Amino acid sequence: MTTPPAPAPAWRGVAAETLEDARGGLAAFLRARSRRLLGSLLTPHRRTIYWLAVVVILQTVAAMVGPYLVKVGIDRGIPPLTRGGSARTLYLVVAAYLAAALAQAFLTAVFVRTAGRIGQDVLYDLRTRLFAHFQGLSLSFHERYTSGRVIARLTSDVEAIGELLDTGVNQLVTSVLTLVSTIIVMFVLDVPLALVGLGAFPLLCGLTVWFRRHSSRTYREGRAAVALVIVQFVETLGGMRAVQAFRREARNQAIFAEVNDRYARANIRSARLAAVFGPGTRLIGSVTVAVTLLVGAHRVIDGATTVGVLAALLLYLRRFFEPMQDLAQFFNTFQSAAAALEKLSGVLEEEPAVADPEPGSAASPPAGALDVRFEHVSFGYRPDRPVLAGLDLTIPAGQTVALVGETGAGKSTIARLLARFYDPTEGRVLLGDVDLRRLTDPDLRAAVVMVTQEAYLFTGSVAENIGFGRPDATRAEIEAAAGAVGAHRLFAGLPEGYDTVVGKRGGRLSSGQRQLVAFARAFLAEPQVLILDEASSSLDAPHERLVQDALRTLLAGRTAVIIAHRLSTLDIADRVLVVDGGRIVQDGAPAELRTVAGAFRSLNEEWAESLG
Amino acid sequence: MGQSRALWRVRPYLRPYVRQLTTMVAVSFAAIGAGLTVPLVIRRIVDGPIARGDRGAVLPLALLVLLLGMIETGLAFTRRWIQGGAANGFERRLRDDFYAHLQSLPASFHDKWQSGQLLSRAMADLSVIRRFVGFGLVFLIVNTVTFLLVIGLLFRLYAPLALVTACSIFPLAILTSRFKPRYRALSRRVQQQQGDLTTLAEEAATGIRVIKAFGRAPLVADQYAASAARLRTSAIEGANLRATFWSLIDLVPNLTLIGVLVVGALAVGRGSLSLGGLVAFISLVLMLVWPMESLGNIVANAREADVAAGRIFEVFDTAAEIADRPGAVALVGSSGHLRLEGVGFRYPGSDAWALRGVDLEIEPGETMALVGTTGSGKSSLLNLVPRLYDVSEGRIVLDGHDIRDLTLPSLRRAVAVAFDDPLLFSASVRENLLLGWPDATDEDLEVAVATAQAQFVHELPWGLDTRVGEQGLSLSGGQRQRLALARAIVGRPTVLLLDDPLSSLDVHTEALVERALSQVLGSSTAVVAVHRPSTLALADRVAWFEGGGLEAVGTHAELAASSAEYRAVLGLDRPAGGRRTEEVA
Ligand SMILES: Nc1ncnc2c1ncn2[C@@H]1O[C@H](COP(=O)(O)OP(=O)(O)OP(=O)(O)O)[C@@H](O)[C@H]1O
Ligand SMILES: [Mg+2]
Repeated sequence: MTTPPAPAPAWRGVAAETLEDARGGLAAFLRARSRRLLGSLLTPHRRTIYWLAVVVILQTVAAMVGPYLVKVGIDRGIPPLTRGGSARTLYLVVAAYLAAALAQAFLTAVFVRTAGRIGQDVLYDLRTRLFAHFQGLSLSFHERYTSGRVIARLTSDVEAIGELLDTGVNQLVTSVLTLVSTIIVMFVLDVPLALVGLGAFPLLCGLTVWFRRHSSRTYREGRAAVALVIVQFVETLGGMRAVQAFRREARNQAIFAEVNDRYARANIRSARLAAVFGPGTRLIGSVTVAVTLLVGAHRVIDGATTVGVLAALLLYLRRFFEPMQDLAQFFNTFQSAAAALEKLSGVLEEEPAVADPEPGSAASPPAGALDVRFEHVSFGYRPDRPVLAGLDLTIPAGQTVALVGETGAGKSTIARLLARFYDPTEGRVLLGDVDLRRLTDPDLRAAVVMVTQEAYLFTGSVAENIGFGRPDATRAEIEAAAGAVGAHRLFAGLPEGYDTVVGKRGGRLSSGQRQLVAFARAFLAEPQVLILDEASSSLDAPHERLVQDALRTLLAGRTAVIIAHRLSTLDIADRVLVVDGGRIVQDGAPAELRTVAGAFRSLNEEWAESLG
Repeated sequence: MGQSRALWRVRPYLRPYVRQLTTMVAVSFAAIGAGLTVPLVIRRIVDGPIARGDRGAVLPLALLVLLLGMIETGLAFTRRWIQGGAANGFERRLRDDFYAHLQSLPASFHDKWQSGQLLSRAMADLSVIRRFVGFGLVFLIVNTVTFLLVIGLLFRLYAPLALVTACSIFPLAILTSRFKPRYRALSRRVQQQQGDLTTLAEEAATGIRVIKAFGRAPLVADQYAASAARLRTSAIEGANLRATFWSLIDLVPNLTLIGVLVVGALAVGRGSLSLGGLVAFISLVLMLVWPMESLGNIVANAREADVAAGRIFEVFDTAAEIADRPGAVALVGSSGHLRLEGVGFRYPGSDAWALRGVDLEIEPGETMALVGTTGSGKSSLLNLVPRLYDVSEGRIVLDGHDIRDLTLPSLRRAVAVAFDDPLLFSASVRENLLLGWPDATDEDLEVAVATAQAQFVHELPWGLDTRVGEQGLSLSGGQRQRLALARAIVGRPTVLLLDDPLSSLDVHTEALVERALSQVLGSSTAVVAVHRPSTLALADRVAWFEGGGLEAVGTHAELAASSAEYRAVLGLDRPAGGRRTEEVA
């Protein structure tokens, strides 16, 4: 029944796929993993759940009492009336029923409230855990996993579990208890007839096993498909300008229709399995009722039991199979949630490739300016393609170093290793004599800040985005930081000044304005080591100069690594490193390097020429 | 159902499934019929053969019960089988259309709307509606019919008792009408908060680098937790409301049964009803328990679906303002003559003019550079030409046509843009380059790649078939920028718009691109926003913008000679690698 994943259409291109879906022997392991996750989510609520079970038992008893009292009313309350006797028994029965009904309503309310609260607590727990875990995972994970899938996990998978907690637990507990208590009552009424009724049990079990096997597969497909839908959706929204400018709509629509159809088809398959399962239990129910009726009739005729007992038993049998429908429905929701749980537990078991140090071995960087050392560092984004091989580099405390070289030379990689976005495959990076791997994330991030070319802004105001550099900064400090990079006049002049909302991804600012926000943010953070990777590529000349002036002040007493294609940046550098093919080919003060023949001098000449 | 107006509007999407829906309802009728017959047959057995002690008649009747049960099952199966296809098919169509509509909405809409909110509507809200269409709607019909049928049957059995049963409709109606408005308000809040939460998830996923660079994971996680806590509070409020409503609804069938028992017992006592009659009556009344109890669920579901539909139609109701006018003509044989006449532009929702009073004529084949400080309106102007936004005043004329009189596809085919932010999609390099011109030849492609100095694509693991973009290989900023440039020129558009196209390139590569580009530009009209004087070599003339207005137009040499301010904007007065000058713009 499994449909193999459709081969990726040619337009998608080729990529090293990560195997995400589980097959065969893995499935059992996955279930264990999901069970552990579910267990850890529910454990904190153990007590409440026990107490809830008591509530449900009472509630079910109250609900079961009803038909029983009807039977008593018919068997005992009515005969006296037909004989012209008193209606006392009948009224007693009615009073009891009324009490039971009120109790049932009250208990239902308690149950729904409590279950709702637990469900929401569990969801909250799951959401925050998952989110924090995603944030803790390293960039290499995010690059592989992609934002769309992260979003899919955080939304649609969590919602699938939410649905289970919302409706499923209700259904499960009530229906199981109804089943159990119905069985007990049936046994009390008439043992042989109850046994007949229970003959249906093995059949039900068989049907359930069948359903479970097939539906877990279709639901897993559904989870994978919904992630594709979300990925396509999010990517389209992110690139809408290019979509429209290049008339990509029709093609996109075809792609979306395809993944959306795949999702719908997975859902349909699941729904159809349920269409067999639910009515299947009902069919078993019908057979049971017929057999019970047959056997019961003979027993009544034989005088082994009464008409009232048979009537009640048949009533209970119907009651028995009604919750079976609920149970089937629950099982369906459960399978859907289980597929989601599988994905989520998988994510939660991912270890960050760039991990925090063991608590015992953590060290803090010393205060003040820090020196940076690369000791024989090798690194590649993919194992077969080394980018850096045995790089040695020492940057004394307080020095400003410029990395220059052509695109793809490895400048940004050096910067990313220093910011510990990745760990070297060999060698180590030291900050003030401490291996980066021994620094905790907060310590590292307080010490080292990197500003990149894509100035990512969050929804919110200009001030909030600058404040991201130091969340406890006052408005005055924020404005001072903007002032320092020469952008105060610009930001103050925006329609609502610093409170101007920047829109999705900062889209309401021009690209230069976005970069200035990113700069101000970094200035506000006042790190000991500042890394600027192409951070001023979209600035106009006047602002670039202002930023440079600001850097001159800021970088006094700080260590800095600057990557820029515009050699004007070199004005503020104490030292230039020319990088080529992952190696440092020239190293020296800018003025000094200009005088010797080599890569730097030719770069410099080209630059001078380009200025016209 | 005046309140459910939004939900009512999904009607057109149900239309293709009218046959399935009517079949479902018809099948449900039949199933109810079969279900109703069972207690009657049981009654006949209890009153007849069992009372008479006639063993022979029991078996055929029991078989009849079985047969009815099988029919009931078959019908239930049919209904659910159809339902699975119809509900999911409905959802799929609605989602396809939602996506299509989003693609047709202008950039200003997408500036305003968070992807997370839209995603939450496309996924969570739509599935709420699907659930209602698949279950709620059908059961609403089925249960109403069951209720009416059973009551009808009850009247034939014994009218006074039936009257008692029918009275249960009043408390149900009262409870429902009190619950509905409160639950609707709450659902709206929950769904809105769900969208906010999705937005946070989306931003945290796409902004992960910045978050990591500043070590702000704890801060972002706190924000997320706070938002999740708000959602939890609202959802718990919803659960409490449901708790009250459902428990009261549950009370109704029980009270009905009590009434029936009392009145029935008295009737049996008076001899106006047989004992078997009462048993059958009660077993029929029991058939009403579930329809009554489930009403609570259905009503809640319907409210949620209505709110969800409202949120979806809010987007559908946003008109695609930038669309073909009636009578729009296709642009054929464009020469690339571009003229801006008194163009003024305000971003929708903003009072500030991003551009004002811009008159500019660009001859076919000419290359015009746009120069100006950050925020002076260069990118805004470039966005106006392919009509990503429409001008607020004045007009843009291409080959004698107001661009708003041209069909969008023909306009956007003649015009190509390289954005300042090189947007790549998760697809092969080839697909990304041929985005707007799927029919371009390999030769065109090669020329574009060579011009943009993007030969690195051939060294990627799978060459032009390598997947790039978020789900593929990560490229450096300079690499992406060159792909964006190649993408713009591959179709040889008549009007080429380049937004700071060389900003991320090193000097050496920049020089190479420039040399190659100058040849391509010869045949196209080009508008290039630039910050670096080096790029100006490409331009025939320069339009200098300041604060959204056109300051001056002329050749670079003229402007540089006549204006110190112009030189400052380009940083021309600073000698390369030398000391800085004192003055600051
Ligand atoms: N989507 C938008 N909504 C509202 N205002 C916007 C939007 N995009 C840009 N703006 C504002 O319009 C003005 C012009 O921006 P534009 O992007 O055209 O500048 P630019 O000249 O391209 O600058 P840069 O050199 O930095 O790229 C700016 O003040 C900017 O804040
Ligand atoms: Mg711009």
